[in-house]
Amino acid sequence: MSILDSKIPSGPLADKWTKHKNEIDLVNPANKRNIDVIIVGTGLAGGSAAATLAELGYNVKTFCYQDSPRRAHSIAAQGGINAAKNYQGDGDSAYRLFYDTVKGGDYRSREANVHRLAEVSTNIIDQCVAQGVPFAREYGGLLDNRSFGGVLVSRTFYAKGQTGQQLLLGAYSAMNRQINRGKIQSFNRHEMLDVVKVDGKARGIIARNLVTGEIERHSAHAVVLASGGYGNVFFLSTNAMGSNVTASWRAHRRGAYFANPCYTQIHPTCIPVSGDHQSKLTLMSESLRNDGRIWVPKKKEDALAIREGRLKPTQLSEEDRDYYLERRYPAFGNLVPRDVASRAAKECCDAGFGVNKTGEAVYLDFATAIERYGREKALTEKISNPSEADIYKMGAAVIENKYGNLFQMYEKIVDENPYKTPMMIYPAVHYTMGGLWVDYNLQTTVEGLYATGEANFSDHGANRLGASALMQGLADGYFVLPYTIGDYLSKDIRTGKIPTDTKEFDQAENEVKDRINKLMSGSGERSVDYYHKKLGKIMWNKCGMSRNEKDLKDAIEEISALREDFWNNVKVPGTKDTLNQELEKAGRVADFLELGELFAKDALDRRESCGGHFREESVELDGAQKGEALRDDKNFKYVSAWEYKGAPKEALLHKEELNFENIELKTRSYK
Amino acid sequence: MKLTLKIWRQENANAKGAIQTYPIDGIEPDMSFLEMLDVLNEQLINQGDIPVVFDHDCREGICGSCSLQINGEPHGPDRLVTTCQLHMRKFNDGDTIVVEPFRAKAFPVVKDLMIDRSAFDRIQHAGGYISVNTSGNTIDANAIPVNKENADDSFAAATCIGCGACVAACKNASAMLFTSAKVSQYALLPQGQVEASERVLSMVEQMDKEGFGNCTNTGACEVECPKGISLENIARMNREYLSASLKG
Repeated sequence: MSILDSKIPSGPLADKWTKHKNEIDLVNPANKRNIDVIIVGTGLAGGSAAATLAELGYNVKTFCYQDSPRRAHSIAAQGGINAAKNYQGDGDSAYRLFYDTVKGGDYRSREANVHRLAEVSTNIIDQCVAQGVPFAREYGGLLDNRSFGGVLVSRTFYAKGQTGQQLLLGAYSAMNRQINRGKIQSFNRHEMLDVVKVDGKARGIIARNLVTGEIERHSAHAVVLASGGYGNVFFLSTNAMGSNVTASWRAHRRGAYFANPCYTQIHPTCIPVSGDHQSKLTLMSESLRNDGRIWVPKKKEDALAIREGRLKPTQLSEEDRDYYLERRYPAFGNLVPRDVASRAAKECCDAGFGVNKTGEAVYLDFATAIERYGREKALTEKISNPSEADIYKMGAAVIENKYGNLFQMYEKIVDENPYKTPMMIYPAVHYTMGGLWVDYNLQTTVEGLYATGEANFSDHGANRLGASALMQGLADGYFVLPYTIGDYLSKDIRTGKIPTDTKEFDQAENEVKDRINKLMSGSGERSVDYYHKKLGKIMWNKCGMSRNEKDLKDAIEEISALREDFWNNVKVPGTKDTLNQELEKAGRVADFLELGELFAKDALDRRESCGGHFREESVELDGAQKGEALRDDKNFKYVSAWEYKGAPKEALLHKEELNFENIELKTRSYK
Repeated sequence: MKLTLKIWRQENANAKGAIQTYPIDGIEPDMSFLEMLDVLNEQLINQGDIPVVFDHDCREGICGSCSLQINGEPHGPDRLVTTCQLHMRKFNDGDTIVVEPFRAKAFPVVKDLMIDRSAFDRIQHAGGYISVNTSGNTIDANAIPVNKENADDSFAAATCIGCGACVAACKNASAMLFTSAKVSQYALLPQGQVEASERVLSMVEQMDKEGFGNCTNTGACEVECPKGISLENIARMNREYLSASLKG
């Protein structure tokens, strides 16, 4: 038997969570006052957990590297949040949301976790509305829904293209209430640099005050990592510039297994790269695919003419356009899941049909939608014989109402008007499904150390459905962790305050300081960004949208060599005892240089195509699915959980076999 | 493009700062303003100098971290954008660009272009929330219909990113636009009505304590706000404040 115990409760799927909650040990309110919890990260998962734990009576300390918890990168999520409310009466249910999520994750997630997520999803919406989150509403005053990437029901709640912002501000407001009551101490501009273990349990962290450079000790009875994903290992991603793997990676080095590092989501609708100076990529919400049609020119010479500026996309007739998603996947069309849409775009561009200067872009066209909405509007407004200009005007107004801020953002960046000419999009790294391995209680393999939200691996399998990240972050923080952590903390009611003047804290602090000194003592040949960009290129070219054995093996060697070079030659200017953004970056890139190698090693091990992980050696050879991803359930129906053993090369693989008792494993077909 | 940058450098909160001049070349019109600063910093690092510190994170105009006063305007010459969304195509070859942090007594400089905006957090601690527990055991989300117009106005107010451009734009360094946006978001929703009076009184009290100036209705904040937060919010807050005070 695997040493990984997922602690999935027994009983029928739909009863597991209720049963588990009933059986969990509770902490008496008077005792909660004597228990401290540290939460690292203040996005949806961390902010919601902090507020809820503080409401319950625990003493909470939160840490974020930003100047305010409100700036965590959940804020940038655009499209929406799923919940099985079935307000639209279109046949949705918790089971259907569960089913879609497991299927969307290509059968590489845990049934029990996903079902729990679907169950609590409805509470999230109730909760957020009660908190004053201004979701979009219909004229009757009830909440509006839309359908979102790859599903057949409308279950996505949204606040224009700023859903993440509104949900995060909701969690932040709940935090503020507890800060005002003195139940949360918020440490902003602080970065966690290590977990401190005492007798095998996580009992605190070492953090750096980013303003003064001071190294601080903070103790607690439990530590929660809600520090987000590691997409920035690719340098270019839709993550914030500061998003990093350091908290998770430091925990990994202290014994927390890292699960499925190779599962990365490459989002199909991002603004294409414009040049070498590019520092990050901007996502355009996938909700745009509800109304936009994706295409490239049918003829290569047209694509070339467009790239060279001799031809405009609007000049191409319908017959000369290839709406390739509608052609290849008639059932789902432009709404196929993210991995399918991303790979299809890359295939078109690789084949020479790309439409921007770099040849790495496809069109997302709203002309059809503008006309359709315009005609609908003319009908409902009872305008007979509307002119083409009126139809366009009315249709554009509908589109503006739905996506106005996204269109504005696009125009600011690209300097083209997407109401008049099709948008250009290209896939970019967006989300990492992998993360710290956790059991049903969201506890890592280190006792007392929990991981929530994107930082854990548990709910999205090999691919995440649109509008599910916000759902998972808030589900973990508001409704799951506050129960499950009680089971552990109930054993700590007599422990008393954890002292920080112990040898364990001494040792951890010294290691952190040594590492900083080492970072500052490089020969000073190259900047941190030089290494980060190089790492990003290796990752994108060899561990990106499609992967093969040879490239992955090369990547492992190249990353390992780059890491050595980094430690010898990196240049970190300034001093360690002041605000030093280069030092902050250096520490993060050092960890990415280890994670990147483990990522490639994990991808190499998984000789199947599943979800966001496409192995070129594993494709359907014939039949209707020819050329599509071939999953191998016989050999790879497991979670890979890696144990740290020194260099990433030495990492030891543990497998958690996935059992599907409620869902029949099927080939994902969106044809 | 070739540019001359005049940038505020200040070692820490207590040090005296000064403008320093940096020539820079090879800037492309497609670069964002922050990417231009990345190029400068890379250049400074390679020369053995200390790079310029500035706040930035999402680089897509939503986190509200960036806080640069560019040629005297918060977030620079473009409208409805943050500094990270400002592109170099808005400038001309040969331009001299002055870059300072947002200036306000309540926003002390931390280092170079980075400022301390924790005053905004404290205003929110004072009452920027609805006092419901996060148990999820509330009424169904659709139990109380909300007039669409109010819901939309509430959302529009809630899109404030807390960057502080309104304060930097105001000759009195007033935080009325920021505070009123939060007050309005809740005042426009039935869920926020219950505590509306206490909220507006506490938030305004905290705002005054932080040392922000008074509002004299010049409207500079609305012009410079990257999210287009409307002055109507200030009028609404004044009404809320007055009626809460009279209830007193």
